Amino acid sequence: MLYARLIASRLFKAVIVLFLIIIFNFFLIQMAPGDPAAIMAGEAGATDAEFLRQLTERFGLDQPLHVQLWRYVSGVAMLDFGFSYRQQVPVLDLILERLPATLLLTGTAFVLSLVLGIVAGSLAAARVKKPSGSLIMALALVFYATPLFWVALMAVVLFSVYLDWLPAYGMYTVGAGHTGLAMALDVGKHLILPATTLALFFMAIYTRMTRASMLEAAQQDYVKTARAKGLAPRVIQRRHVLRNALLPIITLAGLQAGQMVGGAILTETVFAWPGIGRLMYEALQQRDYNLLLGIFFFSAALVIVFNIVTDLVYRLADPRIKEGS
Amino acid sequence: MSEPVLSLRGLTLSLPKGADRPHAVEEVSYDVQRGEILCVVGESGSGKSMAANAVMGLLPKGVRPTAGEAIFDGKDLLRMTEKQHRALRGLRISMIFQEPMTALNPLMRVGAQISEVFEAHGRLTGKERQARALELLIEVGIPQPEKAIRAYPFELSGGQRQRVMIAMALALEPELLIADEPTTALDVTTQAQILELIRDLQQRHGMAVMFITHDFGVVAEIANRVCVMREGRIVELGTAREVLDHPRHQYTRDLIAAIPGSVIPETRTGETPAPLLEVRNLRKVFRSRGGLFKPAREVQALHDVGFTLAPGETLGIVGESGSGKSTLGRCVVRLERPDSGSLSLSGIDLSSLAGEALRRERRRVQMIFQDPYASLNPRTRVGMAIAQGPVANGVPKAQALARADELLELVGLGGVADRFPHEFSGGQRQRIGIARALALDPELIVADEAVSALDVSIQAQILELLEELKQKLSLSLLFITHDLRVAAQICDRIIVMQHGRIVEQGTAREVFLTPQAAYTRELVEAIPGRGHALVGA
Amino acid sequence: MSFFARFAQNRGALIGLIILSLIVLMAILAPLLFPDSPWRMVQRPFLSPLEVDGFWLGTDTMGRNVASGLMHGAWVSLLIGLVSTSVALLIGVPLGAVAGYYGGLVDDALMRFTEFFQTIPNFALAIVLVAIMQPSVTSIVLAIALVSWPPVARLVRAEFMSLRHREYVEAARLVGQGNLTIILRQILPNTLSPIIVLASLMVATAILLESALSFLGLGDPNVMSWGYMIGAARTVIRQAWWLSFFPGVAILLTVLALNLVGEGLDDALNPKLSRERQ
Repeated sequence: MLYARLIASRLFKAVIVLFLIIIFNFFLIQMAPGDPAAIMAGEAGATDAEFLRQLTERFGLDQPLHVQLWRYVSGVAMLDFGFSYRQQVPVLDLILERLPATLLLTGTAFVLSLVLGIVAGSLAAARVKKPSGSLIMALALVFYATPLFWVALMAVVLFSVYLDWLPAYGMYTVGAGHTGLAMALDVGKHLILPATTLALFFMAIYTRMTRASMLEAAQQDYVKTARAKGLAPRVIQRRHVLRNALLPIITLAGLQAGQMVGGAILTETVFAWPGIGRLMYEALQQRDYNLLLGIFFFSAALVIVFNIVTDLVYRLADPRIKEGS
Repeated sequence: MSEPVLSLRGLTLSLPKGADRPHAVEEVSYDVQRGEILCVVGESGSGKSMAANAVMGLLPKGVRPTAGEAIFDGKDLLRMTEKQHRALRGLRISMIFQEPMTALNPLMRVGAQISEVFEAHGRLTGKERQARALELLIEVGIPQPEKAIRAYPFELSGGQRQRVMIAMALALEPELLIADEPTTALDVTTQAQILELIRDLQQRHGMAVMFITHDFGVVAEIANRVCVMREGRIVELGTAREVLDHPRHQYTRDLIAAIPGSVIPETRTGETPAPLLEVRNLRKVFRSRGGLFKPAREVQALHDVGFTLAPGETLGIVGESGSGKSTLGRCVVRLERPDSGSLSLSGIDLSSLAGEALRRERRRVQMIFQDPYASLNPRTRVGMAIAQGPVANGVPKAQALARADELLELVGLGGVADRFPHEFSGGQRQRIGIARALALDPELIVADEAVSALDVSIQAQILELLEELKQKLSLSLLFITHDLRVAAQICDRIIVMQHGRIVEQGTAREVFLTPQAAYTRELVEAIPGRGHALVGA
Repeated sequence: MSFFARFAQNRGALIGLIILSLIVLMAILAPLLFPDSPWRMVQRPFLSPLEVDGFWLGTDTMGRNVASGLMHGAWVSLLIGLVSTSVALLIGVPLGAVAGYYGGLVDDALMRFTEFFQTIPNFALAIVLVAIMQPSVTSIVLAIALVSWPPVARLVRAEFMSLRHREYVEAARLVGQGNLTIILRQILPNTLSPIIVLASLMVATAILLESALSFLGLGDPNVMSWGYMIGAARTVIRQAWWLSFFPGVAILLTVLALNLVGEGLDDALNPKLSRERQ
């Protein structure tokens, strides 16, 4: 019951946010250089005048602004994101086709960064003031400061060009025609470099956060109580310190979801990973604003779904929150 | 006398470099005998908890033993490995702490936290642990123990959490229980219950108890022997009767004399003129705003409160936490807006003023705050902090600063106007706060727990200052406190509040010596040390 | 201990400050050492580092001097980092202050607004904004500022919320100070330390964002930037890895230095907190 109400409230919020993004998108189209009809057609000059006139009529571009807005909003609400004239496919089809690849990449990177970050952060917290702890933090700082796309390029140079261990581009070996397990292995091999480079930056964030959070939790009175009971340090660290320290990490992980999508644009671009990030890059190259805004909307929707999930996880982890607040 | 349970011999603990003194405690020696309660008493900074932390092996970072020994069962605790020490903690020596609100892990059920004690020392199986935990909860008198065992700490009150802490400490029948200010954070009636529980359990289990406190009233309630500490050294050590009735050392005598409420002033007589402050039917409800998907919640903070305060009078508002006393004070100074009722000061109703109109009237009621460390802006010089009020009300800056100098002089802090707050002690800051409240020549001053955060000797000085200012400036004072002893000492009349309502009002003598309402009687009886001639004439 | 003594105690912060000074020096010296436009083709393309005198870092695919691009790029990175952070502060500080000080419905409305911007994926929004407004220094600065102000607003709001019920603030209200005076004189000065620390980290993030935008081809076509250099050399990475390598190191060092300085500032400005953290 409680969860039903909570989910209802979150979904309600999500609908509002998405609605605002649609309106935002509409005004961006108005702001874009050139005739909105031309944009919808996929860049000025690409189409003849007669076709533009048809478009203008069809999208009601000769109508007042609020009528246009209404048509646009109701269109998107019906999942009609328009047509990508560059690729000659509806935007929705393009995105749906590319979405699984992005979910695979970001999902893998998310789990990888969270697990490794928490492990590294706990180690650094346990070894505070020792060289090994400082080393972990120094590495985390370097990964945090490194441009993601550059790490990706350097990884290609090192692991694909010089060492020739891993494939540098794409998601499958072209023309190999693998099926079943062989295909899964092939994809897995292609996934290693992009997922790892994407994970590095976020791992750095989680490492720093976990350490800070654990050091803070270690100062709390209940840890002193646990020591007074005679519990072993390892038990105290795991059961009392880490469990409490993880709560802020869950919140942070939710907030990082948006960043993860942004990172995917860069990694997919470098590794030619056929997801919506790569699609966004292609849309940029071709000035395909319709497609660009469609992807933008979808990535926001992804983040919102992810935020709802982390919210629910947080509620499971913290018994203190019983009401939707 | 038999072998003591714990024996400290010349214990010296060094503080890290840069502390205000080299040693936390120096040359401290005392024994704790089987079946006795030894109270270690002192003000903040006396080092009274440090020896206990050393015994537990829970010294803060940077503090380390440099001399002496702590003998427990023939072995020196100071020279044990962490592993040996750990084997004793919770099993043969256990400890309870001051802050029950934070001493329990917020994410674990109460039952699991108690079971952990058995787990730590490899006792019993999982099922037996739960069964024992339930027995323990019953023994410490938790209401609905079957429910409490499954509860999370946030679902329990402060007193209940402290009972859980005690249950954990008792789990393995330790020979020594260390209690570090276990009742300081609790309301006075809860404190009385917890003290009784500790005494009761101590007798039943024959434990030795080392009880650390700052409150001589608590000492009188519970101690067999007393050790008075000051600045890391033992000032006086003896039986409770010796120390309380015939203190040998001047410092002990001062501390006992500083306990408020030992002298209750005669009620001033004479016809009271028209009231300065008249409060009628004041109501305040706090609402947490609901949303589309969540219900709103309401707490009744003030319920039809009405009283009057005469010019030159000091009226005490006494109550425990949640009684609404602070809300009342905040409504009077108009930091809160009452929902209904009237609040008239010299005939002008302040209750419904807002915006600019309220800002203009503000100078007529001022406030002295509780926390001396939070009540001054760390980036403002104290002279300016006092002058800000007059400046905001149109007085030229130079004139306001000159007046600030005079006021600082008045509260005993001449020539310090150029300093920043961090250069002052808690007591001094409270004096600055008083000077600030006086700067606007207000008709009424509200003091909200103005001496509660201070050590008892400093508290006595501030109360003396207020008394002096009352005479000199014929102040009208609304004095809010949780401490009936303090109220009895400084107030002409007292109002007792509970759950947002006034349950009794009368002269200080009446309320303190012949309380009428059942709740007031409960409060008076709960005052620690009352039966020991430490409080009340 | 003084502010500088505490700052200097942090070895990392000192190293960061030195690196940062060197990069600022690079930016200042760029027009003196390389008065020519970094876009000019001055030599054969694909010279590797030290192959020809005067071209320590070689030339790129079009025969432009890489060293010159690197030094001119420093100026662009620092400029965009600083300006966009300032704009983000100008949005975030007043918004957070008003939300935290007044609370209630004002707070609700402003925070929903902030949450909206936080929900939208940051980098995707920046891309869309720059693409629609057309790439230029102004559009890049605006886009970065628009995606980076929410954390400022949240921080300032949290600080204001905790300080507005602090007793000295209530005392100021009681003596009749107005809201504006209280916000500016009593509360804001006490929130400056965390704002300064956050700002130094934001400059770092802004530089990363700018380089990523330029890498995707959304840089100002009139200014040479590190991200552009990496993006332009991406296709030839198998033949000339150094073309991407050096600008990347420059970004890494700048961002690292700013983070180190930020941590040092944190230690120096909030001595109690950072001591507890260790």
